[in-house]
This record gives sequence, C-alpha cells and structure tokens, in this order.
Amino acid sequence: MDCMVTGGNVKVLAKAIHSLSRIGEELYLEPQEDGLALRTVNSSRSAYACFLFAPLFFQKYASGRNPTFRCKMAVKCVQAVFRSLSSLEKTVERCHIELNVEKSRLTFTLHCKHGLLKTHNLSFQDSESLQAVFDKDSCPNILQAQPRLLVDTVLHFPPSLEEVSVSVSGERVWFRNHVEEEAERSRAMLTELCISAEEFEQFAVSAPTRITFCLKEMRGLLMFAESSGLPVSLYFDEPGRPVVLSLTDSVLEVNFVLATLSEESHPQNHDNTNTDRRAQPPPPPDDFMNDDMDFLIAMETTELAAGGSGCSPPQAQDAGMSQLRTRAASEGEEEEEDGEEEAEDTGRPPNKKFRSLFFGSVLPTSSQATNQTLRSQDVLASDSEDEDPESS
Amino acid sequence: MPLSTQSEAGDDQYVLVASLDNAKNLSNILKAITFKDHALFNATANGLKVTVEDSKCLQANAFIQAEIFQEFTIQEDSVSFQVNLTVLLDCLTIFGGSTVPGVTTALRMCYKGYGFPLTLFLEEGGVVTVCKINTQEPEDPIDFEFCSTNVTNKVILQSDSLREAFSELDMTSEILQITMSPSQPYFRLSTFGNAGNAHYDYPKDSDMMELFQCTKTQTNRYKMSLLKPSTKALALSCKVSVRTDSRGFLSLQYLVRNDDGQICFVEYYCCPDEEVEEE
Repeated sequence: MDCMVTGGNVKVLAKAIHSLSRIGEELYLEPQEDGLALRTVNSSRSAYACFLFAPLFFQKYASGRNPTFRCKMAVKCVQAVFRSLSSLEKTVERCHIELNVEKSRLTFTLHCKHGLLKTHNLSFQDSESLQAVFDKDSCPNILQAQPRLLVDTVLHFPPSLEEVSVSVSGERVWFRNHVEEEAERSRAMLTELCISAEEFEQFAVSAPTRITFCLKEMRGLLMFAESSGLPVSLYFDEPGRPVVLSLTDSVLEVNFVLATLSEESHPQNHDNTNTDRRAQPPPPPDDFMNDDMDFLIAMETTELAAGGSGCSPPQAQDAGMSQLRTRAASEGEEEEEDGEEEAEDTGRPPNKKFRSLFFGSVLPTSSQATNQTLRSQDVLASDSEDEDPESS
Repeated sequence: MPLSTQSEAGDDQYVLVASLDNAKNLSNILKAITFKDHALFNATANGLKVTVEDSKCLQANAFIQAEIFQEFTIQEDSVSFQVNLTVLLDCLTIFGGSTVPGVTTALRMCYKGYGFPLTLFLEEGGVVTVCKINTQEPEDPIDFEFCSTNVTNKVILQSDSLREAFSELDMTSEILQITMSPSQPYFRLSTFGNAGNAHYDYPKDSDMMELFQCTKTQTNRYKMSLLKPSTKALALSCKVSVRTDSRGFLSLQYLVRNDDGQICFVEYYCCPDEEVEEE
C-alpha cells in the first residue's frame, strides 16, 4: 500500500484517527480497491466505527499488490504521529503512508515546513477483517441534521453521562439522559430536550420508537463531524437493533454502529421491573466453540449474496442483539474479560448491556464458501495469537 | 534603588553582592536547569555561573554575565557555594507571579563567604522580604573536557523547530539518538519506542538551520531521561547549538533572551549512552 495525503486532508485523516481512538484501542487498517478503511471496535464489541477514504481523498493511492492485506495496531501509536492537531494544518504539507511488508512496518512520513521530515515506522499485526454487518437502507427511521444541532444538543448532558435515549414521534425528537433504575430517585437528574422535525434536514420516522445507546461513542463521531461540517445521519430501527450514525461526502464515508439497549432490558419510565438484564450472566465461553454459525448478524450488507440470510440462525435474531458472541470472547481476550469483570464489580456496566452485537464476518457467497474454512467465517478481528494461518 | 540604601556601611562584609531590578532575569534562567535540588554557584568578575549535575552523566550550566546585573561586586577572584536550587527559586518568586505590568521584584543577593548563608533581599511594591538560605560545601563540577577543537559536528538551529520535535518525542523510547552527517540525513533525531521508531530530519538547507558544519557522520545515543530536562531551556531559548565531539559527547548551547532583551546562555553536556559507529 502506498498513498499520499495532502493539504487540509491531513488534518481530516488525523481527526479521523482521534475520533477512532474514542471508540476502541486498536486501529484496523485495510487498503481496499475502493479506498482505505480505518476501523475500530470497542472492547465489548458494542460499538464499531469505520472511516472509508476513497482513492480521490488522496493525491495518490495504491492499495497494493496484495488485495487481502489487513493489519491492526494500537490506535495510540498512530495518534502519536498526528499529535498536535492545531499545528498540523500549519506545519504539515503532506503525509505519505507506505507499507513495508518485508519489515512489517507501516511508515508515516510527514513532510513539514522548513524542510523538516518526520518519519514514523510503526509495527503492526496481521489481522482479520473487521466488519460490522449492517444495512442502513433497511432502517425505517432516518434523521439527518447539521452536526451543529447535535453538538449543541449533547452539550446539555454532562460529560460523564454514559447513555442517552432518543425517542421519536412523527414530528419530534426527544433526547434524554438514560438513568439506571438503581439510581436513587432523589439524586437522579433528568435532562430532556425536544427538537422539532423542522430542525432536521431529513426526518423519516416509521413509528414512534425509543432507543438508548452510548453517548460517549456518539461524541466521538460528533467531534469529527463538527470539524468536517458534513450532515450527520442517524439510522435506526427498534430497540435492540444497532443505530448507525453516518457521514458521507464524495471522498469519505464514516459509519459508527452502536448497539442499543434491547426491549426486554429497556426499562420503561417508572417501571421497576428489572427483569433479565442483570440476571443474564454472560454466556459461558464454551458455548461459543460449538456455535460457529451463531453470530449476531444485524442485517445483511449489500455485499452479501442473498444466501447470507439463510445462515443466521433464528436463535441469534431472537436474542435481539443483546448477547455477546464472538470467538474473540471465547478465546478470552484479556482486556475484554477484564473489562467485564471490572464492570460487574462496579455494578454499573454500561457496555455489558450492549453486548456485542452485530458482529460477524461478511458471510461468503455460496461460490466463495468452498474456498474458505468454516473457521475463517468467525470473524471479527481475531487476535494475532491465532495459530490458524488465515487467508491474510 | 530602595535596596541599595540598606546596609551600605556593611557591604564590605560581603564577598559577593549582586543586584537585579527584575529578579525574573535570574529566576527564569535558573528554572531552565532545575532538574536537581542542588546547584553549584560560582561567581567571578565575569558574572555568575550556576551548575546542576545528574548522575555524573549530565551537566547543565546557566551563565548570567555581570553586565546583566545592575550591581555586581565581588571581593575575591572566585566565590563558590552550593545551595538548594528549589529553595532559592521559591524565594526569588516569593511574591508570586506579578500580573501588574511594570511591577517587578527587585533582588539583592549577598554572600559573606564560606560558612555564611546566602542572603536575599527581595522587594516588590514597597514590601521587603529577607531570605537566608544555608549554603553547602561547593563540590567541583565535572569537567567534561569538551573543547572546541575536538568538535566534529556542529549545527545551530532556531529553537522553534526543535521545540516541536522535542514535544513530540516518543517518551516510551529510553534513548534519543542523534545523527549528524555531511550527507543525508544531515541532522536526525530518532527514538525507538513501543510503537516503532520515529525520525525527525532537518535538512542542511532548511531555513531553520542557521549553521551547518558537519565533517563526519556520527550517530550517538543518549538517555532520554537525561535530555528531557533540556526541553525547559529549549522553551526559553531562541537558538540552540548542537555539537558533538570525537568521543560522542553532546553539547547543547541555548541562547536565551531575558525580559529586558539581554542575552544569557544555558548549556547542557551529556555523555553518550553507547557509541554507535556508523559507516
């Protein structure tokens, strides 16, 4: 892979990386024919973000001879390359990104003013493709607004707020902070904003709905959106199905897919039925080994052949996207388990509620299936410790 | 000057008297070398030299020439004492940060000689504070034997650009490698951290490069922890000269302009971590 970013786009790239760092700890880089994809997922697999930069975003773009090359690296390391955003546009003239497969190095070269050259050789790990399977177009509810509107809205919530609830009716949207039932009524503060449909550039609501998702992750997107000035679209369905926050322009497509609280664990206003949410312990890892096909597939992507849907077992869909099922979890990714344990201790595990969801690999079409082992379908982003020699 | 009217009769008891209308002209430059508690003060007719050392591998010197002081009287050829630098700085800034423009802290620093404390008279807005700081036995500073004739490579850079590089250095790297060469990459700072390595290259024809005299390709490594304190001096300075000698010892000299536009110097000497002979 070999590409060159110039002028103001360097800052866009840097902001994208900073934005991704708000979601996950690892950056997955995949140079594709249709552009460079930078993706990440959070440790509980309840939030996924993808920035796809089209070839035109770059002054020069070559995805490389190996079409299936993918790698991942710590997002902090890449952030270090673009450290001070404010001085970037003043000092950096162009940024060259080059892959050196022999040395397993990804080189970022920043050509700056006064002839200064900054070269960062980052090591990476080979990885599986990280793809969330989602289909924006089949979502019945779509809202689109200028980023300013959403930024001003979330400004009213404290930075510590974990989750926000968004309710829509035919003409209005309510943003409200989500309060745990366990929280003392006397100390809880409810903040609610109501925005009319007129404030939105697009407002399509099929039926009154309320979804609850993680605000911190949405802020990660808004941070980028604000500087880009591009309108933000929210695609969502019923509670439990992920919400997709999206930005697009001619050279860039950004998608943040966030899990939402599912119906049975979604408390009504004054409903104290704390049903199954806490009662559901994480499924024992052993189960996963037997459930190769049991993914959380939200919806088919447009890339999938029709055969894809036939593979998703009914149980997965009933679970309503609220169960964590990934091979990574079964392998016991350290940070994930630690996070879960910690979360349980504090008794307030926002991420756990949004158990991972909608991850699965892009299921192969029937013609491709014969070329791939069953194991390679288990996707996501497996660890590099996998002994299995993957296709990459 | 209000302070000069005090104890004029007793002035002959002091071997050193140094006065400044603006104590910041001393405190600011001392802050650039405060990475250890103790400093060696050496006064001669030329002025004041303050030395701080670390683990016998790093030495920082701040030079404040006699001309900078409003009054600089010395009764002996050389007066030396060691004092707690942190305490001294606390005293020099005892009136806190002055936000009123034009109001400065005036300083009169007096020393009676061996065994006596260092006495500071500080005045601001009519309020006078007297500080007496105990002095210690002066230790001989290390002589790094860095002489100009042994210098193999020398560059002078504008501090702005080097500041940027230093602020971005990968702190997970234990060493900072400096490569100087008459050919590419001319002047390069490298780090080797957890994520990978990073290089900052300054070409010899860059407009930030005021002087470029490199005779031999040299690559030397220095402990990052030793060089980190030098960023304070870098922040204050407008120009910096980087020199290495045939042994790989590093000399960093910073040109600092004080509040009144006068020039002072700060220099750092550092031993190489290990010598890497290249080409």
